Amino acid sequence: MNIAVNILGIVMAAFIVWWFWLSKTRSEAGTEGDVISVLVDGGVYTPSVLRVPAGKPVTLRFLRKDPSPCAEKVIFSGLDISADLPVGKPYDLSFIPEKAGEYDFTCQMAMYRGRLIVEEKTKS
Amino acid sequence: MKEKTETDPKTTRRLHVLDMSCAGCVETVEKTLRSVPGVSDAQVNFAEKTATVTGDVSPDALVKAVGKAGYTASLLEDEGAESDKENAELAHYGKLLRQTVVSGVISVIIFAVSMFDMFPSLDSPAGRLSWGVISLLTLFVLAYGGGRFFTGALKSFRNHNANMDTLIAVGTGVAWVYSTFVVLFPDSVAGIARHFYFETAALIIAFINLGSALEMRARGKTSQAIKRLIGLQPRTARVVREGQEVDIPIGLVVLGDIVRVRPGEKIPVDGGVTDGSSHVDESMLTGEPIPVEKKKGDNVVGGTINKTGSFLFRAGRIGKDTALARIIDMVRKAQNAKPEIGRLADKVSGVFVPSVLIIAVITMLAWFNFGPAPRITYMLVTTMAVLIIACPCALGLATPISVMVGVGKAAEYGVLIRKGDALQQAGQLTTIVLDKTGTITEGKPVLTSVEPVPGVLGGDELLALAAGVESGSEHPLAGAIVEAAKVKNIGLKPVESFEALSGYGVRAVYGVNTVLLGNRKLMDDNGIDTGSINEAAERLSKKGQTVVFAALNGTAAGVLGISDPVKPDSREAVERLRKQGIRVIMLTGDNRVTAQSVAEQVGVDDFIAEVLPEDKAREITRLRERGEKVGMVGDGINDAPALAGADVGFAIGTGTDVAIESADITLMRGSLHGVADAVSISKATLKNIKENLLGAFAYNTLAIPVAAGILFPFTGLLLNPVIAGAAMALSSVTVVTNANRLRWFKP
Repeated sequence: MNIAVNILGIVMAAFIVWWFWLSKTRSEAGTEGDVISVLVDGGVYTPSVLRVPAGKPVTLRFLRKDPSPCAEKVIFSGLDISADLPVGKPYDLSFIPEKAGEYDFTCQMAMYRGRLIVEEKTKS
Repeated sequence: MKEKTETDPKTTRRLHVLDMSCAGCVETVEKTLRSVPGVSDAQVNFAEKTATVTGDVSPDALVKAVGKAGYTASLLEDEGAESDKENAELAHYGKLLRQTVVSGVISVIIFAVSMFDMFPSLDSPAGRLSWGVISLLTLFVLAYGGGRFFTGALKSFRNHNANMDTLIAVGTGVAWVYSTFVVLFPDSVAGIARHFYFETAALIIAFINLGSALEMRARGKTSQAIKRLIGLQPRTARVVREGQEVDIPIGLVVLGDIVRVRPGEKIPVDGGVTDGSSHVDESMLTGEPIPVEKKKGDNVVGGTINKTGSFLFRAGRIGKDTALARIIDMVRKAQNAKPEIGRLADKVSGVFVPSVLIIAVITMLAWFNFGPAPRITYMLVTTMAVLIIACPCALGLATPISVMVGVGKAAEYGVLIRKGDALQQAGQLTTIVLDKTGTITEGKPVLTSVEPVPGVLGGDELLALAAGVESGSEHPLAGAIVEAAKVKNIGLKPVESFEALSGYGVRAVYGVNTVLLGNRKLMDDNGIDTGSINEAAERLSKKGQTVVFAALNGTAAGVLGISDPVKPDSREAVERLRKQGIRVIMLTGDNRVTAQSVAEQVGVDDFIAEVLPEDKAREITRLRERGEKVGMVGDGINDAPALAGADVGFAIGTGTDVAIESADITLMRGSLHGVADAVSISKATLKNIKENLLGAFAYNTLAIPVAAGILFPFTGLLLNPVIAGAAMALSSVTVVTNANRLRWFKP
């Protein structure tokens, strides 16, 4: 019994490390069209990882369902872009990501977290 | 790079439709709009020239369709956005309060039942039934008052993310599952561990809801500055259309409209006065308390208040282009910025919740392996306490909430912070460099002395001569001479030929006379004996005046002294900066004698004279290389490179001109007090952020070990998870309340 509980505890800790830090999130979106919809609810952006090409205009359509003030702002600190999201209404944030790279976007308190991956244009 | 539009496909949109000349057009436009896929209804108001469209469609599609039909349409700005937001906030606040009351009442009942052993023991069927009901009641509280924590936790988990919801859901969930397990299978748990935690789970939910409601209330106050600015925008404008004055919604004002402003009214948009005159109170934007005179040709700004007169002006900037709209946009952006100091907290909160989960597992194992009996009870109490007491919110809120209030406070004083880091750096400046002309001084040269050589010319004659010569020149000093002659009603002597000698002055001929007007070098080069005017020239120079020498037919005729008066409050503002431990340096292109005089008048620590405009940036770089943190204050146009080169560039505005891109901070009031205000507000905000961060870090690093039971071996102290819930709820409220203290700060 004792050993079983200890093993269970260690497995739980290992799982936490793996799940929250090591494994990659699968909730991704690319630019199928020119607008990417992002749902803001329940403490997460869905999808939370967005892939867009560099140098092309992109529109992120945020739909905030969470009325708590935490969800109000979305801040792309690396891009110097921010917006105040209305509740229950889509909000379009349009911009041109010039430089390739990974940019985190968060709420004001950095509890909501997402990542914008700006990819270098593929040569064709 | 940034462009924002708001779309709302599922609700009503209003369009402004131009070019509708007849009732027939109404039908065409309505038909066109109704044919757009997704539109359920469209109504055109011919008088207002608006269309109201309902349906699931993007405004772009509507504008395009109307365009195709031959009309011009634009989306009317969302007039109700702010009230929508307030309503949503109010509704959420009300919901939180209801959840608090309902979960609170049920929690107290459950608490009383457990506390006073009101129910029979679990060994009897009646006892098990009663506790089963309590279990269901608790489940109701968890679902009704805490449902969002559970759904949030689940969603986050699926996204490989963990947040505060995770901690609350796991903490209260464990309490309920264990207690319900005891009710269902009492025999599998040893007698002394047969304890319920229903009241714990329910009370935690009640406390956290109360905390959220209090936090929401306090947070509403942090955005008061922006609400105040939005409130300045009037809703209607009185425009002259077809010879008649009509009141129309502000969104319908078009460029070039002639707008009537009556006494006591708010000016609706930006523009230039075409008729009439008045005094306008611009204090709400610039912080300048004295109303500004406005006459034909002067610019007026939307949102400011007309005092006594009535006037007409031509709309020059409307909608999102007005100074007020841009100020609001700028303040919002700055409020969202994170200064360097907050980045550590962001990094910590990124790994915070999983770390707390791991600490909870370690706590659980520690009590399981080394704790006293009943192990399971201690294990549960400590693990729950750890999960519940940890507060990532306080940490995450510490910086942004103070920035919100600080940036808003600055805006109240006419200080617009354009870049987030400037808020932090302004408080750390060691040296502030002030440009002289237009920054320390008014920037408007006036003629202050006329000293003729007795026997050659009279005073008024000298002025008439000089003004006649200078009337063809565009030099600012020439303007001062001509203006002075006008004021004294002196007729100008007509000049026949005129030659500007760049860097020296002018040579002119009138009648048979040759006139030279310019600096000492001009006199020397032409072999003029200045013996008779040297004393006067030196005296005026020492007073800080720029001296213009005059010679008539090869003989010195007199000197004119032109001064750019120091702003009345420059000295006081410099003193304020020096009291804050900042070295104040003046930078000017003027000669040393004039510069020294101005420097002495305002009491700067040092001055650098005879600097060419292009060398200003180099002086800033030199100061920075010495390790100084340099703030540069200038007009933002001539000094752009110097402003950009400084740690913090301050553009001192002329009223409400906010279009100064080179500056980190724009001062809407033309007073140097704005710099001192910016520095004080920055310092106060930074101090507030530090208090918040220290509090949040200290709270978490002390409370978590205590909750884990680190004091138990020494003092027997264990933290009740309910107390942990209350502490957690209070910690974020404390952070917001502390930030709100900044609202009362006076620089």
